[in-house]
Amino acid sequence: MNVKRTLVAGAVLSAVVLSGCSSAGSTGGGDDAAASCAPSDGNVELSFTSWIPGIEEVVDVWNEANPDIQVAVQTGPNGNGGTYQNFFNQLEAGNAPDLGQIEYDALPNFRVQNGLMDLGGCEDVVVAQDDFVDWTWSQVQLGETDSVYAIPQDSGPMGMFYRADLFEENGIEIPTTWAEYKEAAKQVREAGGYITNFSQGDINQFAGFVWQAGGSWFQNDGSDWTVDLTDDASKTVADYWQELIDEDLVSTVPAWTTEWDNAYNTGAAWTWNSAVWGANSIASGAPDTAGKWSVAPLPQWNEGGSAAGNWGGSSTAVFTGSEHPYEAAKFALWLNTSEEALTMLNESANIYPATTAGLELPVLSEGVEFYGGQSIYDVFAEASAEVSSDFAWGPTMTQTYNDVSDGFKSAVSGDGTLFDALEKGQTSTIDALKAQAIPVKE
Amino acid sequence: MTATLPTPSDTTTAASPSRRRASAPRVARESPLSRASALIVMLVFTLYFLIPIWWLFIASTKSTAQLTSTAALWFADFNLIENVSSLIAYRDGVYLKWMLNSVLYAGLGALLGTLFAAMCGYALAKYSFPGRDAIFNVVLGGVLVPATALALPLFLLFSQVGLTNTFWSVFLPSLVSPFGVYLTRIFAAASVPDELLEAARLDGSGEVRTFFTISVKLMLPALVTVFLFQFVAIWNNFFLPLIMLRDETLFPVTLGLYAWNSQVNQIPELRLYVLVGAFLSIIPLIITFLLLQRFWRSGLGAGSVK
Repeated sequence: MNVKRTLVAGAVLSAVVLSGCSSAGSTGGGDDAAASCAPSDGNVELSFTSWIPGIEEVVDVWNEANPDIQVAVQTGPNGNGGTYQNFFNQLEAGNAPDLGQIEYDALPNFRVQNGLMDLGGCEDVVVAQDDFVDWTWSQVQLGETDSVYAIPQDSGPMGMFYRADLFEENGIEIPTTWAEYKEAAKQVREAGGYITNFSQGDINQFAGFVWQAGGSWFQNDGSDWTVDLTDDASKTVADYWQELIDEDLVSTVPAWTTEWDNAYNTGAAWTWNSAVWGANSIASGAPDTAGKWSVAPLPQWNEGGSAAGNWGGSSTAVFTGSEHPYEAAKFALWLNTSEEALTMLNESANIYPATTAGLELPVLSEGVEFYGGQSIYDVFAEASAEVSSDFAWGPTMTQTYNDVSDGFKSAVSGDGTLFDALEKGQTSTIDALKAQAIPVKE
Repeated sequence: MTATLPTPSDTTTAASPSRRRASAPRVARESPLSRASALIVMLVFTLYFLIPIWWLFIASTKSTAQLTSTAALWFADFNLIENVSSLIAYRDGVYLKWMLNSVLYAGLGALLGTLFAAMCGYALAKYSFPGRDAIFNVVLGGVLVPATALALPLFLLFSQVGLTNTFWSVFLPSLVSPFGVYLTRIFAAASVPDELLEAARLDGSGEVRTFFTISVKLMLPALVTVFLFQFVAIWNNFFLPLIMLRDETLFPVTLGLYAWNSQVNQIPELRLYVLVGAFLSIIPLIITFLLLQRFWRSGLGAGSVK
C-alpha cells in the first residue's frame, strides 16, 4: 500500500514539474521578446543554422569583432532539402538554434507554428526598416504592421536572360512585352530553337510571373487567410503559357536536369526569365555559351511598363525559445546590412542583398565576363525597385507547390491546362488550411 | 529440386508419348534456347546495374565543362586525379572527414551490432528461459519497422538527454539489428550442436568462453552476412543523420554529398565534387563486399545444405 502511494505521488509530482517546465519554456521566451528585447548580461553564445556556401567565413569576421557575442554556425542541406523539417523537429524538441535561415515562402508556415520570435520589440530592428527594399520588409512582416518576424537577407528580382548572338544573327528583335515575346517565339521556332523552356515543376518561377502581373496568391488580415490562386493575373499568366505550350513554342524539359543544362548549352533554348541568381545557374550549366548572353528586363504586360517579379530570396529569423533575442537580432542585422558581410556573401554565394544600400555594392556594379562584360546587376537593381509589396505566401506552401506542380506536369503532357492546375491547387490549399485548423475565408 | 523428379505414381501420365519425348532431353541438359534467354536476361540486368556506376566513373574523370557537352558514357579529357585532389582540398578536406565518419559509423557500428546480434540470437537459440518466444517475437516485429519511421522518435528521445548533434546520436541506433538477431538465432540453432556445448561444459569451459571460442567460429558465415547487411545499411543510412546532425564535421558521406548537391545552383564546382565524391564513396563498399564475399556465400548456402 505504501509503495503504491509513493509511486502515485511521484507520478503526480513529476507530471506537475514537467508541465510547469514546458509551459514556462513555451510562453516565457515569447513574452520577454515582445516586451523588451533587452540585452543579456555577460558573454553570449548564439547558434545559427544556414546553408549558404561560405557563411562560416562571414561569421568568422563577426566573431572576431564581437568577442562578447560569439556565433556558432551549423550547415546542412537547403531548406526544402531537409533543414526546414529539422527546424520543426527542433522546435518540437525545444532545442532549436537561436537563428536560422528561412526563405520568404516558408516564413508563414513557421509563423503559424509559433516558431518565430517577433522582433518588433527590438528598437534596432524597427529603425532598420528604412534600409531595406520595401517589398522585402513586407515579406517578413507577414501582414502584421507592428511585427517583424525575420531580417530580410536576399532577394530574387527577375529579368530576361537572352542569347544576344542568336537574336542578332537571326534578325529578331529583343521582346519588351509578352505579346512581342510570343511573336519572337514563333520566329525562334522557325530558326530551329525554342525561345525558352517552361519548366513544369518550377512553380516559383510561375509565381514570379503572377507577382509581376499584379496577382497575389495569399492574403492575411491578421486573423484569416485568403487564398487566391485563380485571380485575374494568375489566369492571364496561365492562359498565356498554355498557348505557348499548345503551339509548341516552348520546350518543357524538367528544370535543373542535365537535359535542361544541355538545352541552354547547345542553344536549343534562347531565353530564360529568371531571378538574379540565375546568372550563376547559366554560367555553370552552359559554360560553352560564355560571352553570348545578355540581360534585359522581363517582358511587360503593358507596353512601356516596368513591373518586375521576384523569384526566391530568404531571411534570417530568430526562433522561439532563443534566450538572447537582442543579440540575435543584432547579429542578423549586421549579417544583412553591413557592406562587409554583404560583399562576402555576394562573392561566395551570389547573394543579392535585400537592402537598398546593398544594391549599390561596388562588387555589383562591375561588368560580368560571362555576359559579355554587361553590368547585369544594374538591370536587377531597377527590377528590385519595381517588385510589388502585395504578394504574400501561405502557410502550407509545400503542399500548394506539390499540388500545382502535379497539375502543371499533366498539363504539359496534354492532360488539362495550367489554369486547371491552379484551380485544383486553390481547392486543395483551402482544404489543407482547414485541416490544420488555420482560419481561412472562402 | 527433388520434388520435380517423377515419382512412381507419375508413371501413368509419363506414359503419354509427347510427355516422354519432352522430358527426356530436359533431364539431360537445358535447351540452348532457354539457356541463351537466361543469359540475355542476366546480361541485361547486369548492364542495368553496372551502367550507372560506369557513368559515375566516366563523369568523375571529366572537367566541369565537359559534363554536359561530351558523350555521357565515354571519356573526354582524363582529369580524375585533378578532380580528386581538388575535391579533397575543397573546404579543408571536409570530404575526407566525412569518409572517415562513414567508416567509423558503418565499420564500428556493424562490428558491435553484429556482436550484439550474435549474442542475442545465440542466447535465444541455445538457452531455455521464460519469455524466450515473447522476446523473439518482439525482435521479429522489429524487423518489420522501417528505420525511417523510428528516426523522429529517436530524435525526440536523444533531444531529451541532450545527445543530438553528437557522434553517439548516429552511432548508438546503428548498433541495433533485429534482422541480425533473427538470422543468428536460426543459424545458431542449426550449426551449433548442443552436444558440443555439453562437452565444453563438461571440460569446465564457462558459457562466455564457450561462446567466444567455439560458437562464434561455428557461426562465422552467418556473422559475416549480418556484418555486411549492417555495414551497407549504416553506410547508406541517410535519414537518421539528416535529422540528428547539424555539425558538418560529424556528417557521414551520404549526408555531406546531399548537402552539397542541394547547393549546386549557387556553387557550380560542387556539381563535379558531388559526382567524384559519390564515386569514391562506393569504393569502400565494393572492397568490403569483395573481401567478405567468400564467407558470405558460404553463409547463405550453409543452412540449405544441412
